Amino acid sequence: MSNWFSTWLENQKRTRSFHPSWILLVVAATLVVAGIVWIPAALVSKAEYDRLPSAALPASDKASIPSDEIPAAVEQPGFPARTGPKTIRVDFSPPDVDAIPGGKFGEAVRLGRNIFNDTQTYARAYVGNALNCVNCHLDEGRKADSAPLWAAFAMFPAYRDKNQKVNSYEERLAGCFRYSMNGKVPPPGSKELVALMSYSYWMATGAPVGVELKGRGYPKLAEPRQPPDVARGKKVYEANCAICHGADGQGTQVSGRYVFPPLWGKDSFNGGAGMTRVETAAGFIQANMPLGKGGTLSEQEAWDVAKYMNSHPRPVDPRLVKS
Amino acid sequence: MTSTPPPRPPLPLQRHARAGRLTAWAVLVAGASLANLAHADRAAGATIARQGAGGITACMACHGAQGEGQAAAGFPRLAGQGQAYLLKQLQDFASGQRKNPQMEPIARALSAQQMRDLSEHYASLPGWKAEAKPAAAAQPAGGARLAMAGNWDAGIPACFACHGPDGAGVPPHFPALTGQPNAYTRAQLKAWQAGTRGNDPQGLMKSVADKMSDAEINAISEYLETPSFYGRRE
Repeated sequence: MSNWFSTWLENQKRTRSFHPSWILLVVAATLVVAGIVWIPAALVSKAEYDRLPSAALPASDKASIPSDEIPAAVEQPGFPARTGPKTIRVDFSPPDVDAIPGGKFGEAVRLGRNIFNDTQTYARAYVGNALNCVNCHLDEGRKADSAPLWAAFAMFPAYRDKNQKVNSYEERLAGCFRYSMNGKVPPPGSKELVALMSYSYWMATGAPVGVELKGRGYPKLAEPRQPPDVARGKKVYEANCAICHGADGQGTQVSGRYVFPPLWGKDSFNGGAGMTRVETAAGFIQANMPLGKGGTLSEQEAWDVAKYMNSHPRPVDPRLVKS
Repeated sequence: MTSTPPPRPPLPLQRHARAGRLTAWAVLVAGASLANLAHADRAAGATIARQGAGGITACMACHGAQGEGQAAAGFPRLAGQGQAYLLKQLQDFASGQRKNPQMEPIARALSAQQMRDLSEHYASLPGWKAEAKPAAAAQPAGGARLAMAGNWDAGIPACFACHGPDGAGVPPHFPALTGQPNAYTRAQLKAWQAGTRGNDPQGLMKSVADKMSDAEINAISEYLETPSFYGRRE
């Protein structure tokens, strides 16, 4: 081997002319070098990725992981996290409610929590239906796969097709009032919006910014095998949903307060709300309904019942009303 | 000269109207007699509760003079519980869907009418009311939290999310929980886990009970006996 190589080298030195072996040599060397660099890098990043979601760490530790490890993980795919089609999804647990701090900030967070859980009382002036934020964002806005606030907060500012501009988080919240709450938009800087932003900001304590966290939004279901069908959906509704939301979809009240929210009609979200998209509603329903039995409906059932829910009249999308 | 036209056959609409009137009468008469039959007699229920009837023990012997239950023995409060819920429990004891050695023979001995009377009677009694001042004994913190916020890490929704904001029940399906003896709530949660109680609509309660730890069952049962609502909103 060394003999062959030295002879060949001598020959090259002497003749100083091109030899076809150069091509082979360069290609082989490139492959070898690339292999040495790439294989361990891939192994390391995979190990890191696997370890993150399964780590059974207490909340405080989990929250601290993202700050030093996530940036490295996010650089891997080579495109910005928020626009990439395949974003690395990171585990995150929001801080415990008992960890809400004192002082002015704590006050704002607590007010935000109250508005979120009891919008009817704490943001009455801006609500035009019978809903509370928590109806679609379960567990006080904390539950994964139920559009949790901690996962939403750090994704803004973001461009939204809905209003074709870059939205701040405050503007995003305003959209909830306009459509999902069928109400009036609280003025920017109003105590309601400041409180809700504080609550979200607090809940995202320690979350990496601009990274898609696992459990963000509602799960995206695969395309249904059969096109969503109102008649099938009605059956699903009657068997699983009517007990709480009523045969007429108008929810259930106890002493004038809704325990189970109305799903359509004048007291429900309007035609501009995200929940009116069948795929959005289907994702929410499959993951979270019936309450306490999330994940028990088949995806097809979820598509069908979402279609059924949205086949009923509801307040019109305010964008379609000419003032 | 004009000849009188032959009488026209009634228009289809008129025919329908006649048939409609007849049907309406029939429905009214049938409905009235049915309502009479189904009418639950609160006073008759009260009598059975007080004295028993034909081999049936008086309900108050176990469930208390005012239907308040018996904490030590774990006999549940019936006063103020939803009528439809109470009726369904009696029917389910009789059918064996809800297993209980004391209640099964009693429920089997009751007629349908007596079941209606009794559930009407107990539903009409005043339900549990929170004391004006907070309970003196410290509340188990975990219980209050489960009741108002649940434990979503384990997939457990807040009890009050379905049983009403104060746990006072959401008729007809979701019973009142507050003021129930500690031992009763605990036994029910255990019964769902064990499958000896299987009469919850759509298996909703079983799916929740199955996710609860023993510690959680203890905490919630203790809390619901004399719940304090302090701290719900800060």
